[in-house]
Amino acid sequence: MNLHAIRAIYLFEMARTWRTLMESIASPILTTALYFVVFGAAIGSRMGEIDGIEYAAFIIPGLLMLSLLGESISNAAFGIYFPKFSGTIYEVLSAPVSYIEVVIGYVGAAATKSLILGVLILLTARLFVDYQIEHPVWMVSFLILTAVTFSLFGFIIGLWADDFQKLQIIPMMVITPLTFLGGAFYSISMLPPFWQTVTLFNPVVYLISGFRWSFYGVSDVNVGISLVMILVFMALCLATVWWIFKTGYRLKN
Amino acid sequence: MESIISIKNLSKTYASGLHALKDVNLEIRRGEILALLGPNGAGKTTLISIICGIVNPGSGSVLVDGHDIITDYRAARSLIGLVPQELGIATFESVLATMAFSRGLFGKPHDADFIESVLHDLSLWDKRDEKIMTLSGGMKRRVLIAKALAHEPDILFLDEPTAGVDVELRHDMWEMVRRLRERGVTIILTTHYIEEAEEMADRIGIINRGELSLVEEKTALMNKLGKKQLTLTLQQPLEAIPAELASRPLELSEQGDVLVYTFDCHEEHTGIPDLLRDLNEHGIDFKDLNSSQSSLEDIFVSLVREQP
Repeated sequence: MNLHAIRAIYLFEMARTWRTLMESIASPILTTALYFVVFGAAIGSRMGEIDGIEYAAFIIPGLLMLSLLGESISNAAFGIYFPKFSGTIYEVLSAPVSYIEVVIGYVGAAATKSLILGVLILLTARLFVDYQIEHPVWMVSFLILTAVTFSLFGFIIGLWADDFQKLQIIPMMVITPLTFLGGAFYSISMLPPFWQTVTLFNPVVYLISGFRWSFYGVSDVNVGISLVMILVFMALCLATVWWIFKTGYRLKN
Repeated sequence: MESIISIKNLSKTYASGLHALKDVNLEIRRGEILALLGPNGAGKTTLISIICGIVNPGSGSVLVDGHDIITDYRAARSLIGLVPQELGIATFESVLATMAFSRGLFGKPHDADFIESVLHDLSLWDKRDEKIMTLSGGMKRRVLIAKALAHEPDILFLDEPTAGVDVELRHDMWEMVRRLRERGVTIILTTHYIEEAEEMADRIGIINRGELSLVEEKTALMNKLGKKQLTLTLQQPLEAIPAELASRPLELSEQGDVLVYTFDCHEEHTGIPDLLRDLNEHGIDFKDLNSSQSSLEDIFVSLVREQP
């Protein structure tokens, strides 16, 4: 293991995080705060409870996931896309590092940033809503697993993208709709039966459901299934990254 | 002499169909300065990129100090420093930060003293805390070199090191290359400035259209292929070269006042005494004469032109 290299990449990426602190942390927090004001305080007070949970509290896990997925993907995607774009990737490619070390460095830093963001959003939410966390260990586990998995996914997008538009298109066109339709703002049991079935093909449903369970002990789908789904997605991402580095796809040609 | 890099039957075809390298064989000797000359698009950068791990090889093998660049890439790459051609350099971090990154990436523990000495050597120490984006083009080029040296490589690749840099930096670079060579570092540079190869290299390889057409000692190459020319400035312009002299390798300038005689300096008989006698017999007087040896540039141009 080239630990010095992992450390170098990780610290380099984290330095970028601190440099861009305002854009990368302040804006998602502001956005989330706006959701709380609108959906929690303004509209939420007119909504009934869902599964026995006050609406403002009910949407916290989903909102957190919404930011976490978006930020993990865009951090990691940009982190690897920029060196590719500017040409500085030559240094990483010519260094005595394995792809696993490169991934740990870049994805680790992106996930760290997402986790910091997640914690800050939770603290912000506290200002608006009183929530409880029933299974804190599971909550943290889901948080870490999601941050890492979607940072990996973002890393793949960054490797695949060959212009700035492609960098934006997946988070915009795929992740945001999947999250909105994945039960961030409602319980899927509120949907007509047909759409309940369709929704089960949305992987984000499992993330939000599992995460909400760790807060309030209630879930749309079984927690075990949620966990398995995240792990399956992570395995798929790892396999894709492995393939990319093995073949040099969009990197070494 | 012992090889530090051994390239065997290396070929590369890009996905676009471009046949960038065709069966290249090359032994690079430990401690030498090898200049790879070739026109743009000849395959110089592809060759370097494959050795350094930036481009996948097509077929063939490369050993770096006995380590295969694919199966034993860690050992191979640890020995190599690369100064790339383009100024693609992340711009927001400081010079010191980027040096620490480079050194760490190559698996070396942080060493502030060593980094300081590299930055001093390249006149970058004063700029150590500045963001790279604020540096001038020449300074950025120095930073690229400093990054390549950050992990104390045994082999240094310089891809077009002096393209577009000013005279001062070019001389500093040559100075630095010589110092590195004294320390035993093997240096491979690509260039299309022939002056540079002539100034610095021990050996010269010429690449054209993906083929390594020759690799020779610089002096041997220049002797072997070097032609000498005798230029005679005439008293009276000639309308044409007299028929009796037409069989000789003579050329008349447009104004008819300069005769150029080309000869091979390795022939025992240069033919100069005969020529001068003949000129005298035809009553052609000259007021000045001078002889010159062709430069590497002439050799290069003639070699590259020869190929279809």
